[in-house]
Amino acid sequence: MRDITKTFPGVKALSNVNLKVTEGEIHALCGENGAGKSTLMKVLSGVYPHGSYEGDIYFDGQPCEFKDIKQSEQVGIVIIHQELALIPYLSIAENIFLGNEQSKHGLINWNETTMKTKGLLHTVGLNESPTTRVLELGVGKQQLVEIAKALSKQVRLLILDEPTAALNEDDSENLLALILELKKQGITSIIISHKLNEISRVADSITILRDGQTIQTLDMKADQVTEDTIIKGMVGRDLTHRYPERVPQIGDVIFEVQDWEAYHPQQEERKVLDDINLNIRQGEIVGIAGLMGAGRTELAMSIFGRSYGRHIQGKLFLHGQEVRFDNISQAIEHGVAYVTEDRKQYGLILIDDIKRNISLASLGKLSRRGVIHEQEEVLVAEEYRRKLNIKTPSILQKAVNLSGGNQQKVVLSKWIYSQPEILILDEPTRGIDVGAKYEIYSIVNQLASEGKGILFISSELPEILGMCDRIYVMSEGRITGEVRREDATQEVLMKSMTRGRGETDASSQRAL
Amino acid sequence: MQAVSELFKKNIRQYGMIIALVFITILFQILTEGILLKPLNITNLILQNSYILVLAIGMVLVIITGHIDLSVGSIAAFIGALSAIMMVDLELPVYLAVILSLVAGGLIGAWQGFWIAYIKIPAFIVTLAGMLLFRGLTMIVLGGQSIAPFPKTFQRISSGFIPDWLGGGEIHLLTITLGLLLSLLYIWQEFKDRRTQIKYNFDTAPIWMFVTKIALLVAVINIFTFVLATYNGLPNILIILFFLIIIYSFVMNRMVAGRHIYAIGGNEKAASLSGVKTKRVTFWVFVNMGALAALSGLIFAARLNSATPKAGINFELDAIAACFIGGASASGGIGTVIGAIIGGLVMGVMNNGMSLIGLGVDWQQGIKGLVLLLAVAFDIYNKSKTN
Repeated sequence: MRDITKTFPGVKALSNVNLKVTEGEIHALCGENGAGKSTLMKVLSGVYPHGSYEGDIYFDGQPCEFKDIKQSEQVGIVIIHQELALIPYLSIAENIFLGNEQSKHGLINWNETTMKTKGLLHTVGLNESPTTRVLELGVGKQQLVEIAKALSKQVRLLILDEPTAALNEDDSENLLALILELKKQGITSIIISHKLNEISRVADSITILRDGQTIQTLDMKADQVTEDTIIKGMVGRDLTHRYPERVPQIGDVIFEVQDWEAYHPQQEERKVLDDINLNIRQGEIVGIAGLMGAGRTELAMSIFGRSYGRHIQGKLFLHGQEVRFDNISQAIEHGVAYVTEDRKQYGLILIDDIKRNISLASLGKLSRRGVIHEQEEVLVAEEYRRKLNIKTPSILQKAVNLSGGNQQKVVLSKWIYSQPEILILDEPTRGIDVGAKYEIYSIVNQLASEGKGILFISSELPEILGMCDRIYVMSEGRITGEVRREDATQEVLMKSMTRGRGETDASSQRAL
Repeated sequence: MQAVSELFKKNIRQYGMIIALVFITILFQILTEGILLKPLNITNLILQNSYILVLAIGMVLVIITGHIDLSVGSIAAFIGALSAIMMVDLELPVYLAVILSLVAGGLIGAWQGFWIAYIKIPAFIVTLAGMLLFRGLTMIVLGGQSIAPFPKTFQRISSGFIPDWLGGGEIHLLTITLGLLLSLLYIWQEFKDRRTQIKYNFDTAPIWMFVTKIALLVAVINIFTFVLATYNGLPNILIILFFLIIIYSFVMNRMVAGRHIYAIGGNEKAASLSGVKTKRVTFWVFVNMGALAALSGLIFAARLNSATPKAGINFELDAIAACFIGGASASGGIGTVIGAIIGGLVMGVMNNGMSLIGLGVDWQQGIKGLVLLLAVAFDIYNKSKTN
């Protein structure tokens, strides 16, 4: 792939990226969240058709102009996305040959389908009947079905986007072994992964992306690659963002989480949070760093009125008193607020105006006997528009018409007006331009100086380092590190973030 | 002039249906050679459509939360039958039977709301089941027969008129007085709103437009009451409808409960994460729908002066169509009580007008279907243009 540039409205996701994969190797693609890995792979596999990006793709020396996935699959490029794309109510065989049915004159030859499926399942080492429905399989086995599906399409270049993110250790192990096995059969793989230990095990070479640019391509054997070199490549950017000055005034512990654990809402046996202990002090900004899928959002939501997860266990303490939030309104009443990660889906009512969005979580305060005091509501909305500098001609503007930064200010207004003691911010600056980010940081600092406790979840390490007084690191549903601001560097955090289950590292396990 | 077109563009969804209603009324007034707006016919129009309008009020709440209720016609029939058994067979006092009927409607709504809100079965399925279930129950309790006649006091709900205490003779004076009082109340309210708008620096319409709007509405109110006064005066049912519209509009616009209903329809997840008890609110919306369906069933039974197993067939479709013609969104979050009423009137005027010019039921059905489709297409076209 040469000089690939892909722009989305307002954002340059890839700029002049080069990627060269040799036949028969396993090539790892690394980078922080949002570095452009998935975008690059979507360009390669035709998800973004030719013409929607700049640059050239060559496969076997031939230039390729894929209009859709079908065309890229014809030459043998198959992508397996992070979210598996199997149809749960169909059998393994039906899924494998979906869109590629073994048929003659529109009639499916089931015998041939079953025979071929058996052969493929044998190759990937999955001991299941072809007629088993996919929903009866665990995630690990589903992943194998996806690979079998890819093999059925005569795959030559297999792209795996975070294949082990949702797998437990045994399943991950199996999968990596299978990829190595496929390599022996001459199948080339590109694997996107955050888990550096896995990469060093299986990859022959590695390309590192950062901010939509190729940083370097390393040969695992010739270049003496260590995890540290990879981390350096991933995070080694200058601190281009600026953070407002702040003198922390930190008081006593106001909020504490003890022995918190929770299970996945659908897959009941899957533990998504385990043995979480953390605390927040008055006026303190506490960061939670971690890669995607580390369980940060799940933790926040399970605390916030049990809005995520099942069989939640553990204790919460507010000012030393044990509290229990059975639903969200109880959490709000106790002074906890949660600014969601995805403001459009979970934070705002887009078809409603700014005023109604701001008042939604505090209507009790704004009303008497159920009748809303509308003038008061207008005053409140105007006050927050001024205080948080929401750029809009009127508070009657619908939220859908605002820019990302202004939408986020509306969400913040809603929660600040609910007068919380604890404010959980989940990726508060995602998709926001630099100027608005600075404003959001200033608001957060202001809230901390008012004595509120702030839990700051972010995937951007510079942001975490620039904003937080203390940082917890999460990986695979556990807290794998706690670091004070003075001791924190991107390398230290990245090490804890990429640590798999069972690995321990005394030096950063309890840095305090 | 530019200001007018600007304002009109902004509120086209709001005014569009009113204009359509006026247009349809004028059209049929011409086609029927003036019969449509004769006092007798206007009174008939109100009586004919009242039970659909009552349903439309409840239905628009259901649709705003993002659900649908197909069972209201069957519930209306069942409650009609129940009330007949209570009043005719058991000879319970009318007021007691009415109260018990409304409670029964609420309980039926609670039954359906439970499955929809707490068990999360799609409303379409629950209420489709309810449609069959309560139709079946109606036939069972009536044994396939009609029950009639109802006591006189009960019939007056639908066929009675307010008494003329002012004793006007030819012209119903109380009706005209009420029209004037309502006009004063309306003018006072408009001025109050404008004062607050100015106080908080909101956009206000130019003064001449403000005055024209008030003058137009006051004229409509008073011509309407005057025309009715030349016949029998205001029907009782119109008073009931009037209060329902005022109360439900107030709840939806000014009260926390209304806000929560709009919020759930707009974005259920965001509403829930803001502390709105989404399940409980959804449940109560269906309880309310059940009670209003019961009221509708009572009104229909009183009008027919009998409870029949065939009562209420297709009521749900008329009520749903009224909401959508009145600008409600099928995906929830958008809609108004007044819009649903206007939508219901559009359908009602068309029904009545087409009957008057002698179009058969076959043509009426087809034309109403097309109007529904066009109204919603117009709505969607407008939405895509403003985005």
